[in-house]
Order: sequence, then C-alpha cells, then structure tokens
Amino acid sequence: MTQNNRLSGGQIDRDTTLNFRFDNRSFTAHPGDTLASALLANDVRLIGRSFKYHRPRGLLTAGSEEPNGIVELRTGARKEPNTRATTIEMFDGLEASSQNRWPSLKFDALGVNDLFSNFLSAGFYYKTFMWPAAFWEKVYEPIIRRAAGLGSLSAEADPDEYDKGFRHCDLLIIGAGPSGLMAALTAGRAGADVILADEDFQFGGRLNSETFSLGEQNASDWATQAVAELSTMPNVRLMPRTTVIGAFDHGIYGAVERTGDHLPTLPAGKPRQILWRIYTKKALLCAGATERPIVFENNDRPGIMMASALRTYANRFAVTTAPRVAIFTNNDDGHRTAADLHAKGVHICAVIDVREDAPVNYDYEVLSGARVIDTKGRLGLTFVEVALPDGSTRTLDCGALGVSGGWNPNVHLTCHQRGRPVWNEALAAFVPGSNLPVGLSVAGAANGQMSTHGALQSGAEGAVAALDLKGVLPDLPEAEDAPIAQKPFWYVEGCKRAWVDQQNDVTVKDVKLSYQEGFKSVEHLKRYTTLGMATDQGKTSNITGLAIMAEVAGKSIPETGTTIFRPPYTPVPIGAFAGRMKGQEFHPTRLTPSHHWAKERGAVFVEAGNWLRAQWFPLPGETHWRESVDREVRQTRASVGVCDCTTLGKIDVQGTDAAEFLNRVYANAFAKLAVGKTRYGLMLREDGMVMDDGTAARLAEDHFVVTTTTANAVGVYRHMEFVRQCLFPDMDVQLISTTESWAQYAVAGPNSRKLLQKIVDPEFDISNEAFPFMACSNITVCGGLRARLFRISFSGELAFEIAVPARYGDALMRRLMAEGEEFDVVPYGTEALGVMRIEKGHAAGNELNGTTTALNLGMGKMVSKKKDSIGSVLSEREALVEPDVLRLVGIKPVSPDEKITPGGHLMNIAGPVDAANDQGYATSAAYSPILNSSIGLALLKDGANRMGEKMRLVSPLTDLTVEVEIVSAHFVDPEGERLRA
Amino acid sequence: MHDLVAITALGGTTPRVDTVAGVTCTENPSVALASVAARRGQEAKAQAALAKLIDASAPDVEQHAGGTIAAFWSGPDQWMVEAPFDSHEDLALQVKSAVGDTASVTEQTDAWTRFDLAGDPLASVLELLCMLDLRKISAGSVSRCSIHHVGCFVLCRSSEAFSIYGPRSSAGSLHHAIVTAMRSAL
Amino acid sequence: MIINHPLLGPRDAAEFTYLGDASLIDRPDWQAEDAAEAFYDYAYLRDNPAGEHKELWYHEAGDRSWLVVTRDTTTHEISKVELARDVARARGRSK
Repeated sequence: MTQNNRLSGGQIDRDTTLNFRFDNRSFTAHPGDTLASALLANDVRLIGRSFKYHRPRGLLTAGSEEPNGIVELRTGARKEPNTRATTIEMFDGLEASSQNRWPSLKFDALGVNDLFSNFLSAGFYYKTFMWPAAFWEKVYEPIIRRAAGLGSLSAEADPDEYDKGFRHCDLLIIGAGPSGLMAALTAGRAGADVILADEDFQFGGRLNSETFSLGEQNASDWATQAVAELSTMPNVRLMPRTTVIGAFDHGIYGAVERTGDHLPTLPAGKPRQILWRIYTKKALLCAGATERPIVFENNDRPGIMMASALRTYANRFAVTTAPRVAIFTNNDDGHRTAADLHAKGVHICAVIDVREDAPVNYDYEVLSGARVIDTKGRLGLTFVEVALPDGSTRTLDCGALGVSGGWNPNVHLTCHQRGRPVWNEALAAFVPGSNLPVGLSVAGAANGQMSTHGALQSGAEGAVAALDLKGVLPDLPEAEDAPIAQKPFWYVEGCKRAWVDQQNDVTVKDVKLSYQEGFKSVEHLKRYTTLGMATDQGKTSNITGLAIMAEVAGKSIPETGTTIFRPPYTPVPIGAFAGRMKGQEFHPTRLTPSHHWAKERGAVFVEAGNWLRAQWFPLPGETHWRESVDREVRQTRASVGVCDCTTLGKIDVQGTDAAEFLNRVYANAFAKLAVGKTRYGLMLREDGMVMDDGTAARLAEDHFVVTTTTANAVGVYRHMEFVRQCLFPDMDVQLISTTESWAQYAVAGPNSRKLLQKIVDPEFDISNEAFPFMACSNITVCGGLRARLFRISFSGELAFEIAVPARYGDALMRRLMAEGEEFDVVPYGTEALGVMRIEKGHAAGNELNGTTTALNLGMGKMVSKKKDSIGSVLSEREALVEPDVLRLVGIKPVSPDEKITPGGHLMNIAGPVDAANDQGYATSAAYSPILNSSIGLALLKDGANRMGEKMRLVSPLTDLTVEVEIVSAHFVDPEGERLRA
Repeated sequence: MHDLVAITALGGTTPRVDTVAGVTCTENPSVALASVAARRGQEAKAQAALAKLIDASAPDVEQHAGGTIAAFWSGPDQWMVEAPFDSHEDLALQVKSAVGDTASVTEQTDAWTRFDLAGDPLASVLELLCMLDLRKISAGSVSRCSIHHVGCFVLCRSSEAFSIYGPRSSAGSLHHAIVTAMRSAL
Repeated sequence: MIINHPLLGPRDAAEFTYLGDASLIDRPDWQAEDAAEAFYDYAYLRDNPAGEHKELWYHEAGDRSWLVVTRDTTTHEISKVELARDVARARGRSK
C-alpha cells in the first residue's frame, strides 16, 4: 500500500522510509510519523472496536488525550495493550494490531452488542446481573469481561528493564509548547537550573501544528531554533518523550521518560523507560489545552475527529484523513483548520458553524447556524447530514469531519494537591484555581492564555515570577493574538446515540439516565456511567458530561461541580514503578562473610530478613532435610559443631554512661557487670511487652558490645537512638552498628574448647578456670589476627562465639573445619540451631512475638524494680501479672511417634474444644534426635504449676488433635552443667 | 603474622573491576576505617584531636578532609576515619590513642565495602542510584543516602571520582545496582 | 514530602522513619506516685489533631538524627524541624 493520503510539507523525513505492520498488513511511513499519522497516510481510518458496543472506531485526536485509537503494540512478551496510536513514535519494523474484535476488525461478532444497546445502558452491571448472586462471579462476570474489554495482556513477564532516577532543578517546566519554550529561554538565559519536559518526541507543542508565523519565522522553525538555543545551555536539561505524571508534596514531581519505546530493539542494558522523581524549587505548568468535541448522533464513526487533530495531521505530518473533509465548529478555531486544509489542497465540503454570524470564507462554503444531525458509513464516515437554520437538511459526501467545540485548559496537575479548577465564563472552560500545589504556577493555554502571543508572554512572565528574575523580560516574537471567546455548544439537540466518552462508550442518553435515576453528583455520575474512567481519564469527555448534567439539573456548570484529576496524567506501566526492584533484586540481599564457603558445601539457604542463612548442609546420600538436621544436632551435641551467627545484630555502646544506658534499655541490671563478662539482656517495649533479647559483653568500663536478634537489629538500633537522643539526651553514650564488621561463629559442643585451643593464640588461656561461662575477651587467633571470644551458649552445650574481622571470616571457617577434622566437626545451619534451642528451652522469635511479657517467658524476675528501665512500670499492669497468665512450658506427645505442630492450641484433656476453653498455644516445635521425639514450646495458662498434666493440642484448621504432656521447657541439661563444663 | 587469607566483600581474592564506556567501578578493599564519636562535653577536644590526626580541620557537616589519614562527617559530632589498609590495619587503635578519652572509637574497616567510580560523566550514573542533589556536590562532599534500599556514604573526590561506601554484607546488591546504572546511563 | 533537616538541609521523607507524636519525649517519672497512670497515658493516649502536629521522624538512611517535625496533617505543610535532642533538653530531659 502506498501513502495515498500524504500531503506536501510537514515535519517528516521523506528521505527515509520505514516499514510497519498493522493487523498483519504491511505499510510504509517516515521518521517523524506517529503510528496514527502513518495509518491515516495509508488510508486506514478503522483502528479498533469500542469497549462495550464493539462499534467501529478510528482516531479522534493527535495526542495523548486519545480515547479511541488504542492498539496492541509489539508482539510476544513485549505486547502492550491499550497503547495510543497517536503517541507511538514510528520505527522501522513496528508491529501493532487492533484490539477488542473477533474474528476480525472489519467483521466483529460481538458487534451485535450494538443492537442490544438498550440493555447495556448506564448502570447495566448493577441492574442486569443482580440475581442470583452466585451467578455473578461464575457466569456473568467472565462473560462480560470477555466481551467488554480493552486489549489483552501477553501473560508473559515483561522482558524489559526500567530505571528510576532522581533529578533536581530550580524550575521544572512542564510542556514545551510556546509558553514552555519561552519560559525555558527566559529562565535558561538567566542561568537558572531548568528542566524542560514534554511528552512528545518533538518539542514545540501546537507550534508544530500551525502555519502562522512568530516574528519572521514560521511557528515550527521558531520552536526548532528555541530548542537549538536551549540545548547549548549547560544549565538546561531537555527531556523529550517525558510525561510529568503527577505533582506531589513539596515540589516533587513524577515523570516517565520513554527512553526506549521508539527503538525497534533496546540496546543491552538500556531501560525502556525511566521513572524520574524530580525535586523542584518551582514548577511552571505549560501543558497547553485540549480541544473538546461537540456531541451529535453517531459522532463516533472512523473519520470523525477533532478539528485541531486534522490540522496537526495536515501541517505536522503532511497527512489528510480523507480527500474530502467537512468541519463542524462553534468557534473560529474550526475555521483555522478549514483554511489550513484548504491551503494544502484538501477539498473542504463545508464548514458547519452553529453560530448565525459565522465568518464567511470565499474559498469554501460556510453553513451558518447549522448542525450535524447524523452521519453514515459502517466502517468509516461516508456522509454527514446537516440541519440548516431554515429547517432543511443537506447531506455532505465526505470521509472526514473535523469537530471543534472550543478548548479546555489542561489543568490536571493543578488538581493533584486537592486544588479545584474554577469556571471561566469568557472561555466557558475550567481554568486553574488559586489552590495550586506549592511552588507551581501555570502559563499559556493551560492557564487560559489561548493566543500564541498570550502563551509566549505568560511563559516568559511565569519564569520571571517563579525565579524572581528582576527586569529581564525578554523580547517576544510577534505572534497571533486573536481574541478568544468560546460560546459553549455541547451537543446537538435531540441526539441519543451520541458518544460523550468514546473509550467507555458513554452516551448523552446514559448521562441523562444517570441523573434521572438519582446519581446527581458528578462523582456518582462518573461511577455509575463510568464516564471518564477509562485509560484516557476523560480528557475529551469529562466536561461535556458535566455540561449535560448541569443542563438536566438546571444548574450552571460550576454549580454542578468538577471531577478532580489524580495522578498519573497518562497510564504508566507497572514496570516503571518497580524499576530495578524485581526478582532477585526486589530487595537487597545480605550475605555473610563465609557465604561462598557455605555455598561450596552445598548449604540450603533461607531468607531471614534480607540475609541468606545456611539452613542445613546436606551430605551426599541424604534425601530428606531431617536427615541432615538430625545429624548436625547429634554431632554437635556429641562432639563439636560450628554455626555462622554473623547475622545477629551487634551494636557498639561506649561512653562513661554506657552501663547506665543499658540499665535503661534492658529490663535487667547491667551497671555491676564486670569487665570481661557477658550477660543476657531482655529488652522491653514501654508497654511492658518483650521487644528483643540478646547479650551484652563488657569489654571495658565504658565499652559494651550488645547483640540483637537478626530480625530486630534495625529496630533495636533505632530504639536505642531514640532513648539516647529523645529520652536521655545528656547521657554520655555513643552508638554504632558493628554487625557488618565481624564474622561471628558459634562453636558448640563438648569438644568446642579443644577445637578453639588449636586456633586461639597460646598466650590466651581459654580453660574453664581462666575463661568461665559468660566470659568475654579480645584475643588473637591463627598467629596474631585480632578476634573477640565470648563464652555464651544458645545450644545449651559448652559453647563459644568467636568473631574476626569480616574479610577473614571465610578463612576462619575453613580453618575451623580443617582443624576440627580430628573431632569430627560439623557445620550446622539455622534448623539445627532451632532444634537445639528448643531442646534447651530458649525463647526465640516465635516466643518474642510482641504479645509476650517477661513473666510469660519465665523471666519475670529479671525485670529489675530497683531502677528505671523501659517497660518496667507497665509490665506490672494487673492483667499482665494475674496468677494464671501464660507461662512458657515444654510439651511432648504422649505417644512418641506423634507430631507437634506450632500454632495448635492447648485444651484440657476433657471438655469442649473452643475459644472459651483455650488454655494456651504451641509456639515452636521440632523433632529432637536426642530425645527421639517431637517436642515443642508452648505458652500455657498458669503453666508453671501444670507440669505433668496431660492436655490436648488441637488445630481445627488441620484437624489435628494430639495428646501431649506438659513438661519443663528445658528438655536437655536442665541444670546447665554442660554449658559450664 | 597470622596466616588467614582475606577475601573481598564480593567474595574474590582480588578486587572486582568493571568498566562501561569511560567509567570504571573498582571494588576497593584496601581501606581501613574507624568511627569516632565525641564524648559528651568533649566535642571541642575530640575535634582538635581528630584535626591533629588528619592534619586538617575536623570535617564539617557532609564534608571530608585529610591526607593519608582522612576523615568524613557521618553524623553530629561523629566521623569516619579512613586510611590505607596495608599500613593502618590497626587504625582503630591508632585513632583511639590520638583521641584518648575525648571520643569513642570503633573499628569499622570490614563493616563497609567501597566502590570507587572514576570517569565521566558520573552524574548520569549517580542520578539513577540516589536522590542526592548532585548540583550541590563538589570535591570534599559526603552524603549519606540510600541506594536501592542500601544505606551508603557517597564521597565526592572530584567531579570524575566518587567513592561509595555501603554495608559489606550487601556488596553484591550494591555492586549490581552500580554496574546496572552504568550500563543504563553510559 | 521534603523534610528540611536542621543539619543537612532538605531531604526526601523516604529517608526517614516515622514514629509518631513528639509527646513520646515526655516520658514520665518511674518513681512518681501516679507512675502507673502516667505511663498508661504516655504509652497509649495520643491527640489526633487535624492541623499542626509535632511528630518524631528518624533519619534512618541519613545521619541517624531523631527530629521533631511540626507538620500540618491536613496540608503536609512543614513549619518547623528541630533536632529531637534539642527539644528534649528544652523540655527538661537530661540523663
């Protein structure tokens, strides 16, 4: 096919020909085209089927406000539905297809919906499919979803990458039409840091669509020259293909830059789009205006378009929609389109002007005081029927009809901070109100300055005012300054099947019906009819709907209200919001220093917070995780095991008040802890619940190292800074995290000392006498490497924790494994760690669940009453200290082959099983290879006094009932002889 | 002398180097770090001691200064001291002996991984990583900021040389973020 | 939002963690006669003003300062930002 509808001129590169496909037909285009202009050039007017009635639809506009010309762009995983053909920049090899049609665009089976339109009117969802209720989800909704719809998803993962970025500027100028360019020139010449962003790939806005001149130049040449000047300024950043999607608090704007959408394929590593967060001191909205339609019977046929869009296609893209064109207008701007098209050699059938006093033009016929009352053409416009003031009708033979109902300022961003636009009677349009986002001002057509001169002047003034540039208003090029008076004409009397919102198929009749049925507020109208709720957000339809509503209500438009605009201005792919935060990179990963060693050993990892921790280390031949874990537990308890505990939070606490500070943040006392000793610390929230636990080692009078649980490290540090800065600001205490500095390993088991003696340098005596339980010290290992040794035990065995600078962690682990060979040393993971702590009865995350007190956990006596500590006062509350409060106990099944499941609730051995008789719940469970039984920890009412009692552990969710015996939580070595050995 | 072999934060025996267009990202494990936090009421003395140690005034808010031993501001009355690792592996001890009881000192050498970015244009890489206002940043600036949810220090040594310190455990994620941004922007 | 940090200048609110009402600075005396009542009020009761609100923000991804931010809850306008430590001292907190 050749480009039959091409005109002369335009801003396209005719020297280069691009090939593209639409619905599997091949076409040609030129650089500078959009998909829309290229389709029109090739005489393709029919682009898709409408949402509800499957009516044939074509293009309405030439910009991002397009409701109709939406297609599926690209193929395979890159297929993108609902893309506006008017904003798709042409590239070689582009593939697009029409959507919402079956089997083909020209013959669409669901076009029958159009015949049943009486049943599909406003609110039809709510009226038609009410009963029976069960049918809604299973029958009605799937059918409706299939029939009514937009494009289809690829159902594959988005293969492209998106970036997020951050930019700062003195002045963000949104829109690069006459006002935006003039503002950028003014601010840029004054040396301000300026960002100029425009959604189009070519700066200039309407200047690219017009034939008039600015000074000595034609409009688009002036724009080109302005861009050339701006691009030489280092303080000005030009961002074409960038839509500012939202105005957020305190001068922050969101913007999507389409860096790759115009490329046939993305170069490796390059993003498809970048979501920018732009921090501004000031912003100037120069978003221009959008032409609004006049609504009439059958106004949705392909070929019926906005008049200004016809002008854009003709002047910028050198395309006419059809050889014969008519114009329907209520204002002078419609005549401008007719004149431009006529000058390009397009036949103007007539200009139909609703005004009695329409301007006369001798080049073509003007029908004053006339209206379009119907149109013909099944798949594209063929005839327009016009009612003349004398009551007669005329039929015009034309393939395109340009409609102009006046212009609406693009006020969208001014509403993003709750601002409401105000009605301007002279323009018969909403203009920005006074309650604008902080730092934002508005210039040009967006502010109601509809003439080119007005746009240039207000752009320059806007920049001067925003940046407080005194007295540097630049000379403006001479430009048209036609007075603008828009007398509203919303729709042609008597029309019914006349489309207000073409994307959501909302007609004049629907709007009136909505009002009749009581949905009288604009917000209700919107939701009942779905007017303005499609992907175009009603850019060409909201105000007409509002006007019809006002008319039936007998009110003025401002009395009727306005819907509020919310971000984003145009649709944004979810991928852009995700940026690089997806898949493996969804959040940062933290690796311990010996991670690579553990990986070599075949460790199975588990995510704990952001950390990857070795869960167990399977050996060849082990087929079930329990085999590995049982072996790790047995071997540790029998000889020695090593576990990576680097992930525990470590906080360095120093200062002359360090001990007193710990007294305040821990419930138990620290002031008298001797240097060289470690103590368990229990941290409460102010409400008396346990927040975290850990150990504090006193390395010097004024120096402690405290540990936190892995999960709470960040929160505990934040809390300690709160206590330090907000509660006790004069304490001499300094905090810094050292979690990352040290690789730390638990070496546990009866042979742990013997193993450590092989690596700890001989001048350090770690015998039981010299280095007893809870001792700590700075030492050296392996011939002089600084290290820290703590004699603490989570497993209940004789155990140590040894820390070395993180870079040596890998080497130390390998050394421990090599030196431990003679003891049959075993590395163990978090599962074995968990088994051993349950065997020992240590509370951990499952028990420190935010609802437990020290008393619940059997540590009530630790809460010192002799000092001020956080949570101490409220831990005494009546309900928390009643005799039958939950207490930590051990549970084991009466029959050893039964299994304990955490989450199950404890019930008395007889009696009803219900919430009223709930006695407590199991928090942790494991299989103990030492006891050869499933065991668990539980919180049980008055648990300390119920040892030996038989109870039922039930879980109605899993239909579980197990008879259990209440025992001490300390299953292994209750006297603590092993850890003191 | 001990016989344990160190590995870098990325897990290699030698530092990782990545080059995209004219920009190079180099993993730099050859730096020793120690934090200095002034004791309450000793702020002036601590600053003086620090100044003597680095042979420059104690860095002001969001600044760094010094020579072989240098320091950067990390919080109110708090600094990070940096020096070559080979000659200053015991940096914390050296700093402690310099500041005495006027400040708390904590070894931070292996708490951090450092990536040095060199080349031009770095701004187009950095603006994809962090929300810093790069226009306000010049040689001598230090900013704490978040890079892909990893808390970092960004030091500007010149417009063509930046150092990024991030937590050692997240070295892989941080490195991925930096190199991805380089490929994207350059 | 932008929080104008007293030391670092304007910073994105994304760098901060929010805690809540700055009345959390006024922690009661544990030895007072009405300590139980006072701590109950302190831990659980908050004003919920539509308008100016003093609240605690922590510069977690920054210099670890706790700040008292005076913010209008209806407009997000921030009229004052102070170091919480200074506020705490001014309210008589010490050791």
